[in-house]
Amino acid sequence: MNPFTYELSHLETLEAEAIHIFREVAAELERPVLLFSGGKDSIVMLRLAEKAFRPAGFPFPVMHVDTGHNFPEVIEFRDRRMAELGERLIVASVQDSIDSGRVVEETGPRASRNRLQTTTLLDAIAEHGFDAAFGGARRDEERARAKERVFSFRDDFGQWDPKRQRPELWSLYNGRIRRGEHVRVFPISNWTELDVWQYIAEEELEIPSIYFAHERQVFARDGMLYAFSDHVELINGEEPFDASVRYRTVGDMTCTGAVRSRAATLEHVVDEIAATRITERGETRADDRVTEAAMEDRKREGYF
Amino acid sequence: MSVAAATNGHASLDDDVKISELLRFATAGSVDDGKSTLIGRLLHDSKSIFEDQLEHVVQTSERRGDGYVNLALLTDGLRAEREQGITIDVAHRYFATPRRKFIIADTPGHEQYTRNMITGASNTDLSLILVDARKGMTKQTRRHAFISSLLRIPHMVVAINKMDLVGYDEEVFERIIGDFTEWSAKLEVGDLTFIPISALHGDNVVDRSEEMGWYQGPPLLYHLEHVHIASDRNMIDCRLPVQWVVRPHSDEHHDYRGYAGQVAGGLFKVGDEVMVLPGGQTSRISAIDTAGREIEEAFPPMSVTLQLEDNLDVSRGDLFCRPHNQPTIARELDAMVCWMAAKPLQVGSRYVIKHTTRSAKAVVGEIQYRVDVDTLHRGEPEGGLALNDIGRVRLRCSAELLVDPYARNRTTGSFILIDEATNDTVGAGMLLGAQRVG
Repeated sequence: MNPFTYELSHLETLEAEAIHIFREVAAELERPVLLFSGGKDSIVMLRLAEKAFRPAGFPFPVMHVDTGHNFPEVIEFRDRRMAELGERLIVASVQDSIDSGRVVEETGPRASRNRLQTTTLLDAIAEHGFDAAFGGARRDEERARAKERVFSFRDDFGQWDPKRQRPELWSLYNGRIRRGEHVRVFPISNWTELDVWQYIAEEELEIPSIYFAHERQVFARDGMLYAFSDHVELINGEEPFDASVRYRTVGDMTCTGAVRSRAATLEHVVDEIAATRITERGETRADDRVTEAAMEDRKREGYF
Repeated sequence: MSVAAATNGHASLDDDVKISELLRFATAGSVDDGKSTLIGRLLHDSKSIFEDQLEHVVQTSERRGDGYVNLALLTDGLRAEREQGITIDVAHRYFATPRRKFIIADTPGHEQYTRNMITGASNTDLSLILVDARKGMTKQTRRHAFISSLLRIPHMVVAINKMDLVGYDEEVFERIIGDFTEWSAKLEVGDLTFIPISALHGDNVVDRSEEMGWYQGPPLLYHLEHVHIASDRNMIDCRLPVQWVVRPHSDEHHDYRGYAGQVAGGLFKVGDEVMVLPGGQTSRISAIDTAGREIEEAFPPMSVTLQLEDNLDVSRGDLFCRPHNQPTIARELDAMVCWMAAKPLQVGSRYVIKHTTRSAKAVVGEIQYRVDVDTLHRGEPEGGLALNDIGRVRLRCSAELLVDPYARNRTTGSFILIDEATNDTVGAGMLLGAQRVG
């Protein structure tokens, strides 16, 4: 903040908005839960929850929907971070949903548990009686998300109806629901990917090691690099090889693409994100070569 | 935070990622005024469209047979919008220049989606209204300008678009300014700017137009980057609605009582005397916290936690102010209301009112008039306020609210009405005045 003009930076403004939203939900809903994936957005969410409620504990538990195909580094980070925070973690397991017959495991080399997570999540919401679930989704991620309210109403089937969204004015949020319904709440709706990274840098937040460049055994598929692991089946002609990569998003090992990178520090990662010409979703689904090209462009313009 | 940034070792981030201010603005225009083209132009020329997004738009445009790269596809994210070629709900877009970060609330022009326009515009700093130079002011232009003034969006820009189609004629521009100024004389518009543009060709959007040498003002983006918004906040009347009481159950913080909320007005400093309403007790601020870090002062729109020197009974819904500058404690409200539901607002109807962090029941006592948005005339509210109507309403509440006129404070002067049967948000209210209790 600037002490002479009483102005906030854009990050401070976004932070104040997010903290306000956290507190509104805690005050107006009975049983909220904070969804945590171990990714950068959830890490920012945890920090914002600290800012909203410390020195007291969070007035809600944290829940991870574990596909069983997560990066081990992320699970290790999750458990360590939760222990540091001293908050309660609930793990909702996709494996349990498969074992109990709620969902059927996909088969084949392109099998993913990504879609199965929804059932596990809705089952857990019903089981625990949660009436609000905080998520770290952002409007800049995707076109339909750009249309979604901060308080996003879900009916008793967990469905979003984009044509029936409640008006949402000023900072007056309407969280009134009937039994069985819930709201998804997105406190960082108005943050961009770069905002998230800058916040992580400013707050000096720890993030899982896979966000930094590391040597990994990968294979190429559909113009992207995937981690080679027990959870994937190679198709003819696919050969694992070693490469220096980092992850731009954190999800399932089977469907999250890595990008080639040598950015080993937060500062270099932020520089790469600022220079990228591809959205995070586009890049983790399509071709990764542009990060390097964008970096090259910047170097041509005078970057180191 | 920027202070921290300068000392925590990350100060060497490049110029284009340095800390900057945030400007929120809403765009409104009729169908075919070129709103989506303008937004596409701003995003494109500020290099905020990513390659995969653009590629997607190019491919979709081709598949649909649009015959051109339809930048509206960037913001019209709902299937129904793409099918009908119109904007139904507000979309948020983000871009940045080295000087500022921008949030665009891209709002629909159709009258039937007025509530979505209000949703997008309610907390913006600036309203950008598009007018087609060939058509001049339309009924929708008037609606957008009226709603912007009603919401007291501090800055308004009227962008007169498609100047290329009227031969970049200064007279056309001047005539529309004349029409608009004459009509808007009755409105509350703090800061009004007219800019002649061609979104399609980029004239006066990012770069100055070579076709309109007669225009001496800045291009649109320059205006957005420089318009002064810091003074728009109320820094005089101290207001902090209490959202949440922080009470740790740990031994370490056993005696901690913190009152958390977002500052809605004025400057709160450690040592200041404060009053808690509606109770009226006073104490002094002993500390201001943000996540374990103590700060000396708090101002809008910071979210903070106050500690007091004395142990007072304070809970959610209470409000901190200064003993000599208090909001009105009221049950009877006089407000402009935008109605957003199919079932009309009528005398005798009951709703839940949500105002700052307080909720109560409210009953409609009187509908004084309905505003004809086209002519600004006041008319009889026959049958109440229908969907998208705007009128002046008196409400009586089941509990005391702590209010200021909306013109004085957008936070303590606004409320929403909720239908208890459907739980929908059905009305948006802006307070004109209130009857003091007692």
